[in-house]
Amino acid sequence: MSKTEQDLMSLPKKKFKFMNLAWIVILVAGLFVSINVTNTHLSELFANFGQFTEIFVQMSHPDWSYSSTVIPLLLETIKMAVLGTLFGSIVAFVYSLLIARNIVKNKAVTGTLRVIMNIIRTIPDLLLGAIFVAIVGIGPVAGILALSVFTFGVVVKLFYEAIETIDPGPIEALIAVGANKLQIIHFAVLPQIMTYFISYVLYAFEINVRASTVLGYLGAGGIGLYLQQTLQVFDYAKTGTIIIVIIVVVVIIDYISSKSREALMR
Amino acid sequence: MADSVKPIIELKHTSKVYDNGTVGLKDINLTINQGEFVVIVGLSGAGKSTLLRSINRLHDITEGDILIDGKSITKAKGKNLRLIRRDIGMIFQSFNLVKRSSVLRNVLTGRVAYYPTWKTTFNLFTKEDKQKAYEALQQVGLAEKVYARADELSGGQQQRVAIARVLAQNPKIILADEPTASLDPRTSERVLNDLRMLNEKYGMTVVANLHSVELAKEFGNRVIGIRAGEVVYDGKMSETPESVFTDIYNGGNGSEDEDE
Repeated sequence: MSKTEQDLMSLPKKKFKFMNLAWIVILVAGLFVSINVTNTHLSELFANFGQFTEIFVQMSHPDWSYSSTVIPLLLETIKMAVLGTLFGSIVAFVYSLLIARNIVKNKAVTGTLRVIMNIIRTIPDLLLGAIFVAIVGIGPVAGILALSVFTFGVVVKLFYEAIETIDPGPIEALIAVGANKLQIIHFAVLPQIMTYFISYVLYAFEINVRASTVLGYLGAGGIGLYLQQTLQVFDYAKTGTIIIVIIVVVVIIDYISSKSREALMR
Repeated sequence: MADSVKPIIELKHTSKVYDNGTVGLKDINLTINQGEFVVIVGLSGAGKSTLLRSINRLHDITEGDILIDGKSITKAKGKNLRLIRRDIGMIFQSFNLVKRSSVLRNVLTGRVAYYPTWKTTFNLFTKEDKQKAYEALQQVGLAEKVYARADELSGGQQQRVAIARVLAQNPKIILADEPTASLDPRTSERVLNDLRMLNEKYGMTVVANLHSVELAKEFGNRVIGIRAGEVVYDGKMSETPESVFTDIYNGGNGSEDEDE
C-alpha cells in the first residue's frame, strides 16, 4: 500500500534552537573579554625574532667532534626509556584488567581504581621528573621512575578501553565451559588483546624516548642535562649536535616502532 | 533413547524478570530426560534464549529452581557452579570462538575446567587431551584445520569447531542456542547432523533453539513451544501436528512469521 504523492507530507522545517545562537554569542564575547583581560598582543610572539635567527645559524654549524660525548649519553637516555616503559607497562597490564568493566563486575572496585588512575594521569611528565628527583635524588633512577609512572598513565588508558571493546562471545563460552576467572582471562581475553597491548607499549616507548631527552633538565639523568649546560654557556654548536643526534635517533626509533605496530595489527 | 526416564534437567516454577521489567520466563515447569533431543521453537523474543541460558546460569533466574542431574544450579556457588557447568556444553549462534587463536587451542578450551588454574596458565594440557581434541576435530571432519587460525575458517566450519569444543568438554547436556541462525541451509544440516551424532553416539542430551521448522522436524524427537515466556506446547515430534507450528509462529500476538 503505497501512498500517492499528495498524501506524503513535505519535509518539516527544523526547529530554530535559540540556545545554539546564545552559546555562539557567549563564546565569541568570552574570547574578546579574555583577550582584553590577559592583555594579549600578537606582536609579542615575534619580539625576539632577530635573536632566534642568530642562534639558529650558530646551531646549524654543529660541532661534530662533540658527538663522541653525545652518543653514550643518548644510549643512557634510551636505557632509561626502555626500563621506564617496561616497569610502567607491567603495572599497567594488571591494572587495566582490574578497571575493565567487562572483566571486573564490581563497580566500587573499578570506580575507585579509575579515580586513582585519572589522578595519576593528570601529572605531566616533567613534574613527575621533579617529584622523583626530590624523592630519590639526582640521577637516572629518578628518570626511570618518572617514565614508569608516565608510561602507566599512557598504556592503562588505551589498554583498558581496548579490553572493553573485545568480543564478549568467547568469555561467555568460557563461562559456559566452567572455567574460573583467571582461566577466562587467559583463554578468552588475552588472545584478543595481546596485540593491542604490545602496540600500546611500543607507542609509549616512542613517547618515552622523546620525553627522556628533556628529563635531564631536572637532573633526572640522560642527555637533557648536557642540553641545558651547552645552552647556558651559549655553546650553540654543541647544542646543535645534541639536537641533530636526538632527531636522528628518535626518527629511527619511531619508524621501526610504528612499522612493527602495523605488522602486529594485521 | 527418548524412552529413558532419568531426568537430567528439571525446571521448577522458574521465572525470570529482567532488570528493566521485561518478563523473560513465566512459571516454567519442565523435565528433560537423559538422551533426549529437544527442540525449542518460538518467535524471536519469546524467551527461547532466556530459557536456554537459565539452564547453565549464564542468566540468573528470579524465581524457582533448576536442577541439573539432581543438583540445584540455582543455589550452586563458585567451584560447585563451575563443576555443574562443566557437564553442560553450549553452542552459540555466533560460534564464540577466540578468533585469533588456533583451532586446536579453541577445542582445548573445552577441557579447561578439568585443570587447576596454574596448569592452564602455563598451557600444560596433557598429551591425551591434545589427542582427544584432535579426535574431536576428526569427528566433525576438520582434522586438516587443526593448526589454522579460527578466523580463517568459514562460518559453518567455525560452528563445527565449536561442536568439537563441546565434544572435548564431554558434557552430559548440550545447549544449542540458534546454532544454525547465521548459516546457509546445507551447512545448517551438517551442523545439526553433528549434534545428532553427539546425541546418538555419546548419549548427550541436546536442547536446541531452532528457527527453522523443517530442521526442527527433521532432528528433534521432542518439541517444546514457547510464547511470551510460557510453555505453550510440549510433545513428541512424531505426534506433533502441523497446526502446532503454525499456531506457535502465528498465534497469540497475531504477528506474522517473521522468522521464516
